[in-house]
Amino acid sequence: MPGKLKAKIVAGRHLPVMDRASDLTDAFVEVKFGNTTFKTDVYPKSLNPQWNSEWFKFEVDDKDLQDEPLQITVLDHDIYSANDAIGKVYIDIDPLLCSEAATVISGWLPIYDTIHGIRGEINVLVKVDLFNDLNRFRQSSCGVKFFCTTSIPRCYRAVMVHGFVEELVVNEDPEYQWIDRIRTPRASNEARQRLIFLMSGELQRKIGLKVLEMGGNAVVGYLQCFDLEGETGLVVRAIGTACTLEKISTLTSASTTHPSNSSPSKDMKDSPQAAPSTLGCRSTHSSPVHSASSRLSQGFSVSVPTLLFAGMKPRHKSSKAPRARQCRPIFGEEAPGNPLFSGPPTPLRVQTFSSFSPSKSYSRQSSSSDTELSLTPKTARIYLSPSSPALESESSPLPSAYLPRHLWPGMASRCTTPPPLHVSQSDTAILRKSVSFSEELLLAASGMGSGGSAGKDAGPLKALMRQQTQSALEQREYPFFTLTSFPPGFLLHVGGVVNARSVKLLDRIHNPDEPETRDAWWEEIRQEIKCHAKALGCHAVVGYSESTSICEEVCILSASGTAVILGSRFMQDGPLDTDHRLSRQPLVFSTGAERVEGDMGSSISLGFEEVAPPGCGFCHIPYDELNIPFPAQLTNCYCCRRYKVPDVLFTTIDLPTEANITGKGCLIQARLCRTKKKAQGEGNATAISNLLPFLEYELHTQLMNKLKLRGMNALFGLRIQISVGETMLLGLASATGVYLTALPSPGGIQIAGKTPSDITYEQHISNMQKKINDTIAKNKEIYEVNPPEFVEEVIGSPIPEPRQRSRLFRSQSESSDDVSELDLSYGKKDAFVLEIDDTDAVEDIHALLTDFPTPPGFYSCNTEIMPGIQNWTSAIQMFTSVRVFRLNNANLTNQGLNKIFSELCENLLKSFYFKLRSMVPCCLCHLNFTVAIPEDELIQVAVTAVAMSFDKEQTLENGRQSGDKTLIKAITENDEQLQFSLELNAELSSPNPLSSTKGLSDVSGSHLSARAHSVDYSSFADRCSSWIEQLRLKAHIIRRGSVKTTSSLEKASPLPEGRSRSLRRNRSYSGSSVAVVKMTPLSLLPGAKIIKYLGIINMFFIRETTSLREEGGVSGFLHTFIAEVFAMVRAHVAALGGNAVVSYSMKECVFMENPNKNQAQCLINVSGDAVIFVRESELEATSVQPQSATTQTSNGGEGT
Amino acid sequence: MSVELDVFVGNTTIMDKEVFQLWLNGYTVSDAVKVRIEGGIMEECEANAEVLLSDTMDQYRTFQMCERLLHHPAKLSNQLLFQIPPDRQAMLIERYYAFDDAFVREVLGKKLSKGTKKDLDDVSAKTGIMLKSCRRQFDNFKRVFKVVEELKGPLVENIQQHFLLPDQLGRDYAAIVFFASNRFETGKKKLQYLTFQDFAFCAGQLINHWTVGAVDNMMDDMDVDLDKEFLQDLKDLKILITDKDLLDQHKSLVCTALRGKTNVFNEMEANFKNLSRSLVNIAAKLINAKDVRDFFIDLVEKFIEPCRSDRWTSIDVNLYLTHYTNSAHILDTFKHHGVWTRYMGVIKSCILRIYH
Repeated sequence: MPGKLKAKIVAGRHLPVMDRASDLTDAFVEVKFGNTTFKTDVYPKSLNPQWNSEWFKFEVDDKDLQDEPLQITVLDHDIYSANDAIGKVYIDIDPLLCSEAATVISGWLPIYDTIHGIRGEINVLVKVDLFNDLNRFRQSSCGVKFFCTTSIPRCYRAVMVHGFVEELVVNEDPEYQWIDRIRTPRASNEARQRLIFLMSGELQRKIGLKVLEMGGNAVVGYLQCFDLEGETGLVVRAIGTACTLEKISTLTSASTTHPSNSSPSKDMKDSPQAAPSTLGCRSTHSSPVHSASSRLSQGFSVSVPTLLFAGMKPRHKSSKAPRARQCRPIFGEEAPGNPLFSGPPTPLRVQTFSSFSPSKSYSRQSSSSDTELSLTPKTARIYLSPSSPALESESSPLPSAYLPRHLWPGMASRCTTPPPLHVSQSDTAILRKSVSFSEELLLAASGMGSGGSAGKDAGPLKALMRQQTQSALEQREYPFFTLTSFPPGFLLHVGGVVNARSVKLLDRIHNPDEPETRDAWWEEIRQEIKCHAKALGCHAVVGYSESTSICEEVCILSASGTAVILGSRFMQDGPLDTDHRLSRQPLVFSTGAERVEGDMGSSISLGFEEVAPPGCGFCHIPYDELNIPFPAQLTNCYCCRRYKVPDVLFTTIDLPTEANITGKGCLIQARLCRTKKKAQGEGNATAISNLLPFLEYELHTQLMNKLKLRGMNALFGLRIQISVGETMLLGLASATGVYLTALPSPGGIQIAGKTPSDITYEQHISNMQKKINDTIAKNKEIYEVNPPEFVEEVIGSPIPEPRQRSRLFRSQSESSDDVSELDLSYGKKDAFVLEIDDTDAVEDIHALLTDFPTPPGFYSCNTEIMPGIQNWTSAIQMFTSVRVFRLNNANLTNQGLNKIFSELCENLLKSFYFKLRSMVPCCLCHLNFTVAIPEDELIQVAVTAVAMSFDKEQTLENGRQSGDKTLIKAITENDEQLQFSLELNAELSSPNPLSSTKGLSDVSGSHLSARAHSVDYSSFADRCSSWIEQLRLKAHIIRRGSVKTTSSLEKASPLPEGRSRSLRRNRSYSGSSVAVVKMTPLSLLPGAKIIKYLGIINMFFIRETTSLREEGGVSGFLHTFIAEVFAMVRAHVAALGGNAVVSYSMKECVFMENPNKNQAQCLINVSGDAVIFVRESELEATSVQPQSATTQTSNGGEGT
Repeated sequence: MSVELDVFVGNTTIMDKEVFQLWLNGYTVSDAVKVRIEGGIMEECEANAEVLLSDTMDQYRTFQMCERLLHHPAKLSNQLLFQIPPDRQAMLIERYYAFDDAFVREVLGKKLSKGTKKDLDDVSAKTGIMLKSCRRQFDNFKRVFKVVEELKGPLVENIQQHFLLPDQLGRDYAAIVFFASNRFETGKKKLQYLTFQDFAFCAGQLINHWTVGAVDNMMDDMDVDLDKEFLQDLKDLKILITDKDLLDQHKSLVCTALRGKTNVFNEMEANFKNLSRSLVNIAAKLINAKDVRDFFIDLVEKFIEPCRSDRWTSIDVNLYLTHYTNSAHILDTFKHHGVWTRYMGVIKSCILRIYH
């Protein structure tokens, strides 16, 4: 199907001097798409050419539109010799192919050359006319939206989550083709850039096709990676979660829909945590009713990971059963204007639940068919494979338990095997086994494979497996989700981290069109992950991600995720089979006019969630407490006291917004280095495989220790990265530790010596013990981890709102000293014992105590937002930092290496704290460390994170602010006259014509044209306080009832003055046309609302230099390059009409140098979502406006 | 064990004012680190020397990358490489173009040529300002000079517009350009007591009253050059000293007005003819470029020094010059009132400024 691509070259600026004689340039532009090329005229003798070309039109297939980038080359015309290229611009036109994203690309884009970097800018206009293609067999997937964000994008509502999509494409790496020997580095780099552009386009198109097949319209959590395999080729692979998204009606209407009860919803909007859930109706989420006893059946009935985010219709509910009536609809959308939904329903709901779920006998053995089911009309469909519960529970020990011990007998004595990571241990154990035993398998895969998931002793289980695979869940797809945060109530239970790795030998890909081997490799790993999840009694994996590490011809493939039970009551069959179609047909019981009614209906009827309070429900174990898949200590939940929870919980996801936590979180890192002998081929692979389990085990122990040292009991956002080099392996595990209120308080760490008779030795030990205890105590103070004393009365009484609750506890525990005593006594019971004689343990202790405490005012985490901090200001600073460390001393011990590596990471963090000291109090969020071993003896650590400052005092002010706001609202609603005065006052307070026009544009068109508020650096704190000031002022005026007084004017003046000053300053730089583009690795911007997603940004750049010293050495070179990459990302976002990039990440940063030749090369791949955001303060203005308008009109009506 | 590569890039470019100043002052990285350590920043922020070194290196690199843009400040605001908030941009520009008074006194009025640049190490040794910093300041002068040299319109505004400098700094640069262009001698021993601000003030006076632009804003000429016609006309003032009658008449008028109003009346009376001759001679010679260069020396030698040796206060000087100027208008045969006012206005304010 054709589409018409139109491009216009407007002008250039800051071009480099290409003609030394005249110090000028005769520039012209080639515009190329596919095989068609257009040229502009030569604009002679200028560094700022004005081409103002005609519209170049390309009539092309939409498949090509998706695959190909628009390539713009700027050249210098030369009469006598060949024209010199100045540089290129690749424009990804994908965002233009989606009706909801950008409509035009227009702006200044940097002209980039792989040797010289940015050389001037070019102003272009690009548009696409697309004809709709409804052909079933089409090859394109235009219109499918892609999001890097790993949660449901802010201005969308998920109608349905279809599940996992993956794809990979392979090709030969141009850098390794024969032709590379004769062509210039520039040509080679450009060939590579272009190829990767094409490949990612193709990949995206193919994934889009899969999504369309599944019936979705978007991919969320899109993660694209490159494997630069070298000689054997180039693999581009991507995973994501297919969804059906629906745009939420615009903000203004949203905020005007419930003006009456604006106070609670406003309240929530103020806290960023609440902001995500689409319309701020967080409180109304909840899973519809479900039986407490149906967990098992649920486990099997999950056939397809298609989850509906939808609400239960009130009518529907009431017609069913009395208890259903109490049920709140889902988060998705608050039915506008429905009075039922206003107000905080949580306590009420819980009450209802506890009243109806009669038995505390929460057991797997109970039959799945009971009354609840009879209430659901669709029951019959679900129970396709009611396998016996006993079998299921037997299957769980399969990948677990005996393996680690078998591997390493000493381990058991050192620590109790902790639950969640266990799976990964067993996994690697399997891998090791397969390496050593099943040779045929090895050969078959021509590499090291992680063996089949079923071990020898799995005989009876196999049958079970087969039976299980018959269930649609198994046979169809991977129940994986790349999402890391979910609408509340979506996650039911979290089992723990599942993790699989496999070592492969790379071989040449013979047929790029059928990348079967690579596909098969990933398939294996995914299968394994699935098995692990099942072993944990879970049916789905969330926060799923895949990665590789390549060194020479060895490649480690890794996948990890969090095994969970989802609150899906939407068991449908595969998207392609008839069942699916059926299920997608509208179901009958909706008489209403609601859109997705059918899906909702079906889903609700199949609901099987636990009746659990939202704050702790996800902590409750998903597996059978009688047959725990691994040794773990279960206790009753500390929140609801009814269900079992594990003693620690590790996950790869973000902290659920509804979770109850105590205190704040912090970044926890385990770092490890292991030396390895140099080897080739299979020997090398075997050696690596042998090392992996130990590495993982050690990492895990470190994580555990550090977690306990901070007095915390859960890890979120766990990311374990293992990097392979020629002579060593690096392991880096990062996570955010928190204290989950629902989980038991962690025990302390006890040190034991083997030779207690020696007095000095004992003293040494007690010294260490004291140090550790002190550190724990100190950490508890820093992170405000004061575990609450369990209050018995809570049982049975409605459980208060999560946040209130934690606050309540905090204040309680502050005043009571006996809490800590209680903790200690508890702690001793299951204290972590480290035996100091063990050299490893010494190392562990060392590692524990060398962690540098964060300086005051700083927090750090690797999740989106720091648990426990709410009052973010809008000041953010995204940064990327890269360090390469050379180990000069070749023969280092493991300990020595560890120390160096650990120091390297710590020093990096210290540097950040120092650099960002002006932002205090602030939190480094989404700290993403990437380690690599680019060369022997080199360790490279790249970090991308965002520093966000927060307001310490703001909690108070926030309350006041919202209080004032409600006050105003209340008054204004009563008194139109004063509403008028308020408006008047707002006008008056901006005497400067400039600021008033700005205000106007804010009100009228700011969310339409985000470019309007380009430069806005004024700190949010200022604005905040001035906002409060203004509010107070308004309130003041209202109270006095005077329309305007001179004093009010005087009071108002400080604010506009400050503003006008900054405006004037802006104006003085009238030449400035550069819009500010914010960048953040998070999916949100504090204090702002994302109103539009403009499309995905996925860029790949190569930079090479042959004059490294002249460019400031390696640091100068890379510094410039990273700055250039940022600049290009910003420019492209601005050209799309956006003012921010969210979910930004640097996927790849491959740096190679050859100082002897004065050369260096670097590849960087970045991605993110281009968005338009508006400040919440500006939103307020817009939301107040219509309201006042209505009151005014009504006023007028009365008057006449 | 060594850090091979160490970079930190923020979306909003982070720049530390303090480090920027150290960089501008020409400190090396290690010296800058030392200064920072002495400043007590380590205790303040719980940092160590390693962190400080890394940060300083990083900042220095950023500044070096920015320097190219700072050479054309207008570019700084519409470049894409660094995202720098406008207030920060203004700070960078202002500080980059700031100069040391000690340095500028050394080069004021000199030709901004390669030769002068070569002598900068002497200047550096003399003033104690690091050579690097001297070079930057010199290059700034030269750059501004080159850009505005050929431009039409008001000098100060041209500078401000092209280099986005704040008012005061713009005026100072105008003075520097003006001095460099007319090559006023400022280095003589007798002029050493004058500060740059004294000269800048005088330059402002000259620019505002004696250049072509001063009379006609829209003229196709520049602010940099003195109004040739005016200089020509100045010759006519000679009549004040050549015509004996006029001179006596003038003297009596001034003396009448001054009598009893000052303690140094006698000296004034005695010196009148000398001083008047000096001032008129200065005016008459200004048509020669060489004498323009000696303008300030002449003022000091011929007027200020005699007054000073007679212990006039600046009030006395003011009084004297006021009446000296005004009395000329009363003279019957003196016709060149316009030129006289234009000349004496500037002379008076310049003398008052540098009389200390």
